[in-house]
Amino acid sequence: MSGIDMGLVAGVLAATLCAPLALAAWRMLRGPAVADRFVAFDMLTAVAVAFSALTAVATGRSGFLDVALVLSLVNFVATAAFALFLERKGRG
Amino acid sequence: MTTLAAILLMTLGVGFLLVAAIGLVRLPDALQRMHSATKAGTLGTALVILGAMLLGEVARPSTGLLTILFLLVTLPFGAQLLGRAAYLSGTPLADIDDDPLAPEVAADRTVDPVTSSPPAARTDSAR
Repeated sequence: MSGIDMGLVAGVLAATLCAPLALAAWRMLRGPAVADRFVAFDMLTAVAVAFSALTAVATGRSGFLDVALVLSLVNFVATAAFALFLERKGRG
Repeated sequence: MTTLAAILLMTLGVGFLLVAAIGLVRLPDALQRMHSATKAGTLGTALVILGAMLLGEVARPSTGLLTILFLLVTLPFGAQLLGRAAYLSGTPLADIDDDPLAPEVAADRTVDPVTSSPPAARTDSAR
């Protein structure tokens, strides 16, 4: 409707989003404690949700927003499970 | 106009995610990293979804609103669980010399060592 190519915009934003992905992956690989890796996992899922929203914009398929919803649902369950595991595992 | 607002929101969201990732790398201890990742990261994700939702032909509003609502509802739970687990697992904290909770946690450990007891009882009584 207005002459902006939304696919291009979404592509540029997704390319920018590769930087948070790489940084979080670095923290996940490096992270001195297990807690750091779990925090990085949380961040990775947030980036994945944003990626799927941008994919919905780029392709025009609203099904990718359902993917975002399911990812955020799974993210919460995974965070709770990881936190419980870490708490039970205790020191180390 | 709506398209411009959507692009602005999505750019802002990606910026917040970038800031959250930078904080995740640069902050000194696990609790501060958790703070950066959960707060700024969730705000960035919610902004990106809001921007995608504003482009009316792309999305059904219900799914996007549900996603944002769910993110905002589960954010405090996830952050609190992660922070509690990070603290209880004994990760080193930066710049905290006298930890007021340390004696209680140590006492809890000596009464009920993690390695030998069924851990479910410990976590349930701790709540």
